[in-house]
Amino acid sequence: MTTTLTARRLTRDPVVISGVVTLLLWVVASFYSPAFASWGHIVTTLTVASFLGVIAIGQTLVIIAGGEGIDLSVGSAATLSAIVASRFMDGSNDGFLFAVLVALGSACVIGVVNGIGVLLFRVPPLVMTLGMIAVVAGFIRLYTGGRPEGSAAPLLNQLVTGDTVFGIPGVLWLWLALSVVVIWLLRRTAFGWRLYAVGANRTTAHLSGVNPSAIRFSAYVLSSLFAGVGGLLLLGYSQNVYTNLGADYMLNSVAAVVIGGTALIGGVGGYLGTIVGAILLTVLSALLRTMQIGGGEWGDAPRQILFGLVLIVVLTAYGRQRHLRA
Amino acid sequence: MNLLRGTGTQDLPGPVRSVMSVHMPALAVGLLLLVTVTASAILQPGFFSPYGLSASFATFLPLATIAAAQTIIVLGGGIDLSIGTIVTLSSAVSVVLMQGDDARLPLALAAGLATGAACGLFNGLVVAVLRLQPIVATFATSSVFGGLALLVLPSPGGQVSPILTGTYRMVLAMYVPIPAVLLVVLFLSWRMMRGTRYGQHLYAVGGNAEAAYTSAVPVSRVRVLSYTLGGMVASLAGVALLADAGAGDPTLGTELTLGSIAALVIGGTRLRGGSGGVGGALVGAVVLSLIQGLVFFAGVPTNAREFVYGCVIIAAIALAGLLTAREGSASGASGGRR
Repeated sequence: MTTTLTARRLTRDPVVISGVVTLLLWVVASFYSPAFASWGHIVTTLTVASFLGVIAIGQTLVIIAGGEGIDLSVGSAATLSAIVASRFMDGSNDGFLFAVLVALGSACVIGVVNGIGVLLFRVPPLVMTLGMIAVVAGFIRLYTGGRPEGSAAPLLNQLVTGDTVFGIPGVLWLWLALSVVVIWLLRRTAFGWRLYAVGANRTTAHLSGVNPSAIRFSAYVLSSLFAGVGGLLLLGYSQNVYTNLGADYMLNSVAAVVIGGTALIGGVGGYLGTIVGAILLTVLSALLRTMQIGGGEWGDAPRQILFGLVLIVVLTAYGRQRHLRA
Repeated sequence: MNLLRGTGTQDLPGPVRSVMSVHMPALAVGLLLLVTVTASAILQPGFFSPYGLSASFATFLPLATIAAAQTIIVLGGGIDLSIGTIVTLSSAVSVVLMQGDDARLPLALAAGLATGAACGLFNGLVVAVLRLQPIVATFATSSVFGGLALLVLPSPGGQVSPILTGTYRMVLAMYVPIPAVLLVVLFLSWRMMRGTRYGQHLYAVGGNAEAAYTSAVPVSRVRVLSYTLGGMVASLAGVALLADAGAGDPTLGTELTLGSIAALVIGGTRLRGGSGGVGGALVGAVVLSLIQGLVFFAGVPTNAREFVYGCVIIAAIALAGLLTAREGSASGASGGRR
């Protein structure tokens, strides 16, 4: 009796479903091209997923905090932090810590402005963070004159791509450490409980002595901070920057969070799901690339179309809203 | 239908209704329009000349039309992040069929319109029938439509029929450019739609879907139709873009989506649905375009232009947001959608 109940609960758990879908995609990919199953390929896929995973940390927090919370400016925050860091580092290890701090600080400014706009001026989060994309893009243009300079410090590159054991690059350990911290933060600390409380019902949270504005504000700042960290990791990986480095992460981070079972209404979900969501999206695009759908005269287009269609199918499995009749 | 009657303000006595309809967002956006028009008249040489007006309205119309399309969807309680890619896909289809030939114009326009409606229908079915969350669902479909647009027209180009571009630049009676006429037509069609039963249903569904459902409003059908109509209007914006630019461009998508949402928020439409209207969004779009022109004519250095434009937009949105939120929370207390 209890086993069937647990089984039923498991088959409805978004994290389990997306985990299974990820495995299926991976098995299909391995049949298609056996190289997919190799250890080296798995590590590469996870490495690519780690950037999305880290950037989506903050997205998870903001979405859990509710109030139609969403942060579309994460891609811009990542780009800005990478651009600032690369200029301050300029390919040398001198003042490494300072460069990192300035980069993360500049990313946090975005979060602070988002928080002020959403909480003080009551701008809907979607619009505020969308608008910030334009502001940050404009600032980057002003700051760099359209051509970003500098490059990553060798130390950063070493941290991100450096081999540790079994060919696992440093960035994966970093992602693991951050994941443990975030999951602990959400499940075991007062901040995490308050975040869920505010997301589920702002009024009851307020009446229970939680300051909803402070919690939501910190969620926006943390979102930009983690996006900034993601930007630094991207910089360490690619060593050079360009002005739309983080653009792809804007909606993909939202997709990763939602695939992981965190509902956009807030108050439910967690980071474990986001991790699976990030890996799923990465495996999917790697699979489409391996199958060589697109490329040649068609360009990226067919891949893009299939990506969207598969995303809809995956979401249909559980990302559905309540029926009105229920 | 009697059930609906109590909730709308339509049936209140005339004077009460007219006072209530002049709410803060309308005042704010009116003020913004006044300020931007005055500033443009001062800074932009020949702003009020026939040529200046024609050029201005030619840039207003595409954005205004997309904003109108987005508003129809948002009023019904949805949002469409794929709207920019619908515009690019439908305009790509039109321009490829047109091949710069006037005789092929009707066919090309019909095909573009059908494409937009089909994309909207697809969105509507995904959102209303599969019940996916609109933000993620339309993100997914934007990937599909954007990909299709790139298949149809891999790079900017194509040739627009000369009649289309010629008509678009025409100025009637010395001072009335064709795009301005079209803008008015757009507004009047909205007013007509607003008055129909479907218009009522749209507001009812966006304001409170559950209440609408218990009042026998066909909620899913209203939602699907709002996305379809939105897609169709978006394809009209595609035609306007073609007429303005003289060629197609498959890469504009994201920018257009951002613009449409900014315009409707400045125009005082509540993002949660059920409150606002196309009129405000049209004015919002005009304000946005004017600000963009102002940044150019105010002599801001090239590299700083984007930044200044972004900051001004955020300020305008914050101002509109401050006023709309007050309004929204007041009506939210009497039963907002959760």
